[in-house]
Amino acid sequence: MIDIKDLHKSYKIGKNSLHVLKGINFNVKEGELVSIMGSSGSGKSTLLNILGILDEADSGSYHLDGVPIKNLNERIAANYRNKFLGFIFQSFNLINYKSALDNVALPLYYQGISRGERNDRAMSYLEKVGLAEWAEHKPNELSGGQKQRVAIARALASHPKVLLADELTGALDTKTSYEIMDLIQQINDEGKTILVVTHEEDIAQMTKRIVHLKDGVIIKDEKVEQVRALEHV
Amino acid sequence: MFSLERWQEIFETISKNKLRTFLTGVSVASGIFILIILLGVSEGMQNGIEKQFQNDASNIINIYPGTTTLEYKGLNPGRRIQFTNEDYELALSGKEKVEYKSADYQIWSRLISYKKEFGSYRIQGVMPDFQYLENASIIEGRYINETDLNQLEKHIVIGNRVKKDLFKDESSLGKYVSLGGLNFKVVGVYTDPGGDREEARVYIPITTAQVVFGAGNNIRSMGFTLPKIDNYDEALAESNQFTAEIERQLKAKLLVNPLDTSGIYISNNIENTKEIYLLISSMKLFFWFVGIATLLAGIIGVSNIMLIIVKERTKEIGIRKALGAKPMSIVGMVLHESIFVTAFSGIMGLIFALGLLEFFGPMIELDFLVNPSVNFNIALSTVIILIVAGAIAGFFPAWRGAKIKPIDALRDE
Repeated sequence: MIDIKDLHKSYKIGKNSLHVLKGINFNVKEGELVSIMGSSGSGKSTLLNILGILDEADSGSYHLDGVPIKNLNERIAANYRNKFLGFIFQSFNLINYKSALDNVALPLYYQGISRGERNDRAMSYLEKVGLAEWAEHKPNELSGGQKQRVAIARALASHPKVLLADELTGALDTKTSYEIMDLIQQINDEGKTILVVTHEEDIAQMTKRIVHLKDGVIIKDEKVEQVRALEHV
Repeated sequence: MFSLERWQEIFETISKNKLRTFLTGVSVASGIFILIILLGVSEGMQNGIEKQFQNDASNIINIYPGTTTLEYKGLNPGRRIQFTNEDYELALSGKEKVEYKSADYQIWSRLISYKKEFGSYRIQGVMPDFQYLENASIIEGRYINETDLNQLEKHIVIGNRVKKDLFKDESSLGKYVSLGGLNFKVVGVYTDPGGDREEARVYIPITTAQVVFGAGNNIRSMGFTLPKIDNYDEALAESNQFTAEIERQLKAKLLVNPLDTSGIYISNNIENTKEIYLLISSMKLFFWFVGIATLLAGIIGVSNIMLIIVKERTKEIGIRKALGAKPMSIVGMVLHESIFVTAFSGIMGLIFALGLLEFFGPMIELDFLVNPSVNFNIALSTVIILIVAGAIAGFFPAWRGAKIKPIDALRDE
C-alpha cells in the first residue's frame, strides 16, 4: 500500500540546512495498523506530512497504492489527498461553524457528490462512530472525544486507502484515548490501512507494528502483540 | 462558480460574521451612494448655473446703436445712431453661418388691458427667431411666425406674468387684449428662464409694431446666434470674426468713425459664457474625482477585510486543502464572497441614492441647484465598475488563500 525507498528531506533554516529524514525505507501492506514512534525532532511529523502529500521529499521514491507520488501540482495533490488519504489530527481540525454532519460531508463536497447523497453517507459514518444524535451540533458543543470521533468519521467518509493519524489522542485523557483507539482498532479490523504517529507507548502498543524513528532514521521496526483497547476502558 | 453549493458556503460564512460583513457592505454602499449623490448634485448645479446665467441664448450676439464720440467725414460727434431694416439686411448680407436672427423694435412701457384688468408692459416687435435668442419657451399656443410678419397681423404673444395679471385663471388663447387702442389677438403664452422680469413682456410682429407705433422702418437692435461649436476657442474665433465683419459694414454705411467705440455697441455673450463652461466642467471633474476616491476607499476596505478573512481562515483553508480542496476552489470561494458583498451592497447603495434623487430631486428648487438627477447609463456603468472592483478587491486575498500550504496552516502552535 505504502512503499518508500531512500527518502531524504532537509529544511533550510537561515543559512543552515537541517537534514530531517536521512534515508527512510519503509513498507506498509494493506490492512496494517502501524505506529510511528519517536521523540520530538525525530522526523516523524515530517515523514507523516510526506506520506500525506502535504509536503514533498527531496529525494527517494514514494508509491501510494502503486501510484508514484512525485512532482505533483497543487491540483493533482489535492485530488490524491481527497481520493487516497484520510487525515486525523491531534487538534481535530474541524470547521467550527459547520455542524458535525457538514464537517463529515466536506471531503465528499470536494469529490463533487450531490448534497443529498453526501448527507446520507456522512450520516452513516456518524452512526458508525456513535454520534448520529449529534449530527446537527457544532464542534464547540462536543467533547474532545466526540470531536475526534467526528474527525474519524470525516477521514473515513471519502473511502481513503490509508488513514493517517497525527497524535490523535494527544489532546484527550486516558479513558477517552482508549475509546478512540478502540474505534481505530475496529476500523482496522474491517481491513483499513492505518498509520498512527504517537509518542505514547501505551497507544503504540495498541497497534500491530511499531516503527521507531530517531534522528531521521528508522532504528527499530517490530511487530507487536496488539493490546486491545477495549480491555482497558 | 455559481453552483448552489457555493452559494450555501458563502451564506454560511457570511452569517458567521454578520457584523463584519455588514460593515464592509456599508463602506461600499456609502461609497457608491456618495458617488451617485455627488453626480446628481453636479447635474443639479449645472442645471442651476445654466438657469441663472442663461436668460438668453448662451452664444447670442446683440448689436445696439449708440451715440458717436468722434468726428467722421464732416459729421460732428454726439450724433445718435438709428438702425433701420436696411441695416439689418446689410448685417446679414454675405453671412452664411447664422443660426437664429432677429431685429426688434420696442416700446419700453405701454398699457395693455383685458376687460377690467390692465397693466404696463414692455412691447417688443420681433421676428420669429427672437424666441430662441431670448430662450423663451411656449407654454400655450405659438410664437410669432412668418405669416404674422408678412400680413402685419395684430397677434400678440404674452409672458406668463402678463397672463396671470390680466387673465388670472382664465384661458387667454384667442382672446383680444387692448394695446394703444387696438385689439390684439393672443396667440401664445411663453415662459422665460429670466423669470418675472422677462415674463412681463409681450411680443408682436415687428412689422406690425413699426406701423402701429409710427416707426417707419426703424429698428432698435438686432440679435444673432451662430451654430454651436463644441470647441470653445473655435467658437470664440468664429464669433469674433462675425461681429468684426458686421461692425465694419455698419460703421461704413452709417458713417461712424472705425475707431469710435460708442457709435455701435456689440455685445457678444459667448465671452461671458467661458467662465460658466469652465466652472461646470471643472465642477464635474471635481465631483467625479471625489466620488471615485470615496468608492476606491470602500473597495480598498473590502480588499482589506477579505485579507483579514483569509488570514483568519488560514487554518480552515488548510483543512479544506487537506481534505482535497483544489487551489481554484479556494480562489473561487474568496472571490465569490468578495464580489457578492461588493455587488450586493453597492447595488443597495445605488438604489438608495437613485431613490433619494428620484424622490427629493424634483422638490429641490434652490437658485443654484435645480432637479439633481443621474443619467441611467452612468448608474449602470457604476454597477459594472463595482463588480469589477469586487473582483479586484477579492483577487489578491483569494490568491493568498490559494497559496496557503496545508502543512503550515495545520501546524499545531
